[in-house]
Amino acid sequence: MTETSVPERPLLRVNNIEVIYDHVILVLKGVSLEVPEGGVITLLGANGAGKTTTLKAISNLLQSERGEITKGSIEYQGQPIGKWSAPDLVKRGICQVMEGRHCFGHLTVEENLLTGAYTRRDGRAEIQRDLDMVYSYFPRILERRRASAGYVSGGEQQMTVIGRALMARPKLILLDEPSMGLAPQLVEEIFEIVRRLNAQEGVSFLIAEQNATIALRYGSHGYVLENGRVVMDGEASVLSQNEDVKEFYLGLGASGRKSYRDVKFYRRRKRWLT
Amino acid sequence: MLFALEVAISGLLSGIMYSLVALGFVLIFKASGVFNFAQGAMVLCAALTFVRLLELGVPFWIAAGITLIVMMVLAVVIERIVLRPLVNQPLIILFMATIGLNFFLEGLAQGVWDAQVHGLQLGIDDLPWEPLANSTGMLISIFDLSAALICGVLVASLGVFFHKGRIGRALRAVADDHQAAMAVGIPLQHIWAIVWAAAGIVALVAGALWGQRLGVQFSISLVALKALPVLILGGLNSISGVIVGGLLIGAGEKLAEVYLGPIIGGGIENWFAYLLAMVFLLFKPYGLFGEEIIERV
Ligand SMILES: Nc1ncnc2c1ncn2[C@@H]1O[C@H](COP(=O)(O)OP(=O)(O)OP(=O)(O)O)[C@@H](O)[C@H]1O
Ligand SMILES: [Mg+2]
Repeated sequence: MTETSVPERPLLRVNNIEVIYDHVILVLKGVSLEVPEGGVITLLGANGAGKTTTLKAISNLLQSERGEITKGSIEYQGQPIGKWSAPDLVKRGICQVMEGRHCFGHLTVEENLLTGAYTRRDGRAEIQRDLDMVYSYFPRILERRRASAGYVSGGEQQMTVIGRALMARPKLILLDEPSMGLAPQLVEEIFEIVRRLNAQEGVSFLIAEQNATIALRYGSHGYVLENGRVVMDGEASVLSQNEDVKEFYLGLGASGRKSYRDVKFYRRRKRWLT
Repeated sequence: MLFALEVAISGLLSGIMYSLVALGFVLIFKASGVFNFAQGAMVLCAALTFVRLLELGVPFWIAAGITLIVMMVLAVVIERIVLRPLVNQPLIILFMATIGLNFFLEGLAQGVWDAQVHGLQLGIDDLPWEPLANSTGMLISIFDLSAALICGVLVASLGVFFHKGRIGRALRAVADDHQAAMAVGIPLQHIWAIVWAAAGIVALVAGALWGQRLGVQFSISLVALKALPVLILGGLNSISGVIVGGLLIGAGEKLAEVYLGPIIGGGIENWFAYLLAMVFLLFKPYGLFGEEIIERV
């Protein structure tokens, strides 16, 4: 899976999509990316770069925010997904975990997990088996399963929503900022579980993250979004060595270039951070 | 004392009927956040269809079955042509749409059938229940008892259906977070069609029971107004709330009529419920059981 450039059919291919909100706000200006079967791909970018929009375009959740894809196409397993509704996509294996831990607050943790199995028709026993599987990956939420999801801790909520997505037996999980508002240790724990899910359950991931340090450590390939465009992409190990990425995402300033009089640098910095 | 008990019981019994009407509102509100102004018109629709079918000589249960089907089809049609195009519009627009729907349904029902007053006989006598009357002297109408029983069973089974199991979980999930519900693959449209159909069933039962009491006519759509104070008391999004709310209001207004009526003049029954609701709005704006919004950052 390290060779993403082989002309093998990727699990997901996003071709040059353009997204407009409210008929006038152009947010994505041609985004292309690929997720290979079994890959962990990361989507980096500052606030407002368009990461969430990209994920929602894939999972067809833009409509409810009055956004629409006006150009380009998205293919999943070689088929265009244009006409599929969000529930259709879930049935076919694409599940989004939204940013900001959207638990169903008045449902218990376990009920939250069970809603993830809504589209499945393979019977109680299978669902129970997957419930046990989720608990084996997230033992913390097993203890809290009877608690209202609205009142469990942020980390437990994040685990609940990832577990909920797993209950749909997805092939691809679109994970939006799993690190948001969580302590570094917990973030590490969650990414570790993502890695295990990828290796053991064969789930592919497309992860939008601002925390590039950790995202590049766990992902195999990364895309850098800026202002609705992909400005750079490559192997995670290569990206994390890139000077710009280091400077603006990893917080490791390249030595000896701290002068703001360096116009070229300053302009570049502006470009990165708008 | 016995008399007070008798009054309270007959109040509780009619209270269950209020709960039933209120439940129609709650289900739709939970699923879509919309206050369905057309609930009363649905009651009228169901009752008129039912009574006219009976008058045409259709046997009782078949007429009930046909009306039920009509209400379900109506639910699906409403979802398709009224709600679906308005998805993602501000809630106030959906609310306005239900106001429009209300007038449309009232017109439709009376256009297809007619605007006469129709007597409806469900075959349950409105007479005191003898065993109780003989043993304790309390006069409780058989009709009230049966109506309460029917409503009670319906409220309880809808309550269970919408709380437990796959559909119930999905409904509550949708109530909590529309977008997250879509993200896990719950089709909002199905849930909406289901709750509107349930509201249709509620409308039929309420329409039939009130129809026997009041006669089936335009004013039957006003029973929906009786549900408002129940909703305020119980909370717009709580199934158990409307049950308790209905009982409280039913008993409260009867007792007030009997005991306060002579002091401040009769007719209390007509406004007592609204007064109670106002007081509640001041002190418990979410209602007795209304779900408070969980805010956590
Ligand atoms: N519903 C909407 N209507 C209009 N504009 C929107 C909407 N949602 C997002 N935008 C705009 O689209 C741009 C990209 O937003 P998006 O949420 O995709 O960014 P992001 O990369 O996920 O940012 P963050 O890291 O803050 O989550 C932003 O400028 C935002 O203001
Ligand atoms: Mg985002």
